[in-house]
Amino acid sequence: MFLADYIKSVYNGVTSLLKGMRMTGYYFVHPKEIITQQYPEVKQVLPERFRGEVVMTHNENNEHRCTGCTACELACPNATIKVVTRFDITPDGKKKKALETFVYHLELCTLCNLCIAACPTDAIRMAQTFEHSVYDRKLLTKRLDKPGSKLMEGVE
Amino acid sequence: MIEEVGTTTEGDLIINVGPQHPSTHGVLHLVITLNGETVKNVEPRLGYIHRSIEKMCESLTYRQFIYVTSRMDYLSSHINNQACALVVEKALKIEVPERAQAIRVLMAELTRMASHLLWWGALGMDVGAFTPFFHAFRERELINDIMEETCGTRLTMNYMVPGGVMADLHPDFQKKVKEFITMFKSKIDEYDTLVTGNIIFQNRMKGVGYISGEDALSYGCTGPVLRASGVKCDIRKLAPYDGYDKLQFEEVIETGGDSYARYLVRMRELKQSLSIIEQLLDNIPEGDFQAKTKAVLKPPKGEFYTRVETARGELGVYVISEGGLTPYRIKFRSPGFSNLSALHHMTKGSKIGDLVATMGTLDLVIPDIDR
Ligand code: SF4
Ligand code: SF4
Repeated sequence: MFLADYIKSVYNGVTSLLKGMRMTGYYFVHPKEIITQQYPEVKQVLPERFRGEVVMTHNENNEHRCTGCTACELACPNATIKVVTRFDITPDGKKKKALETFVYHLELCTLCNLCIAACPTDAIRMAQTFEHSVYDRKLLTKRLDKPGSKLMEGVE
Repeated sequence: MIEEVGTTTEGDLIINVGPQHPSTHGVLHLVITLNGETVKNVEPRLGYIHRSIEKMCESLTYRQFIYVTSRMDYLSSHINNQACALVVEKALKIEVPERAQAIRVLMAELTRMASHLLWWGALGMDVGAFTPFFHAFRERELINDIMEETCGTRLTMNYMVPGGVMADLHPDFQKKVKEFITMFKSKIDEYDTLVTGNIIFQNRMKGVGYISGEDALSYGCTGPVLRASGVKCDIRKLAPYDGYDKLQFEEVIETGGDSYARYLVRMRELKQSLSIIEQLLDNIPEGDFQAKTKAVLKPPKGEFYTRVETARGELGVYVISEGGLTPYRIKFRSPGFSNLSALHHMTKGSKIGDLVATMGTLDLVIPDIDR
């Protein structure tokens, strides 16, 4: 009886192993069903909502939409954003807040999208870049407004 | 407390498994007392990935603290976020639009499937089969692509916000999910051929790591671990949130109480999640994806608690508000912690090889245990 059980269990073991092997064999002879991507030779196009890093949009006249309201800075959980503002004097003699520099620390950013959701003027957005490795950490601290850029006409 | 590898006075061997050990799925440290090959005692040591998330949350506002919870149980980050969003909504009495609820449920169930798939692949590795991992990841990848398209990230989404979800569904969402469902249905039988029906696998699972329903309850187990011992505990049924009460699905119960029962519960839950997704996919209500909320959220003074069913069990979020910008105290009741505490009970007296297999069926995610 013991021997019969033993032989039976060996037989069961081998058959279920073969069943598994049959599937391995199936994929071996159907290489089209294999889905490996040949990165970095072939780069995937990422969807437009992919959160890679925060960037500021500029138009062709080098104008941005950031009013310097610091809503994004307050929304950010990690103090990733530092908005430096200045006061401009408008022609009618009033003081007006304007963006001086927009500092962004990519190394601190968790890509949570809260700053972008908070911005009232859609000045910033997520870019689809993802290869962020650099040799020096300092290179990850970025200034998002382009030099010499100014506020777009009509954005309050 | 015995820290070193050595022997006790009775001649038992003490070994450390982890914190850097592939079979503990993360930085979990187990101090195991062995008599020959028999496990006499298992003592989990925690603290290797403690980030004091609860304390961190106390300095973040009610919008900001949600993203941190993605880093707890990173395999069901959507559901963690959902729990936090729900507690803020409860405190502020925000009505969530129906469309937002439907999107949340869809995302939560997709996450649950992705999580169970990863667990299935990893369990295969725990018992010595490598192929399931690749099969599971192929399907999981499709879910991740869907997430990426709609939410923008693959793992730590931060998509649920108080009042709804952060953005509307991507126009391709329904099409992509349908493709996934077709693909998944054609592949799920492969899983049974490859693993469930395999006699070697069954021998490793059946009768191993037994825990009775009563014991599991007393350890505070929840989720598939408790349901495998025949106790009803699905929060989606017991205390429905986000419109789960309007959906037809079955609470998966097994009565075996062993590793195999826990395995079957999760495999059957995969199919239940699939059926929930199918019910909702063509009936997503029109409307807003987010309720109108104030820019600054200030819940009234008081204590608030919500619970949800993550892929691992019951996650409770307890918030004490002093009426300020940030919570006064936050406490998470995470499913992994209680499930791990039952490991000792399940494996006492079994062979050391079965310890790893049993641990695999608990589906532990260490950052969830060690917050
Ligand atoms: S994505 Fe999140 S972490 Fe990054 S800058 Fe914006 S708010 Fe801060
Ligand atoms: S990016 Fe937007 S939120 Fe941030 S300072 Fe500029 S306008 Fe304000």
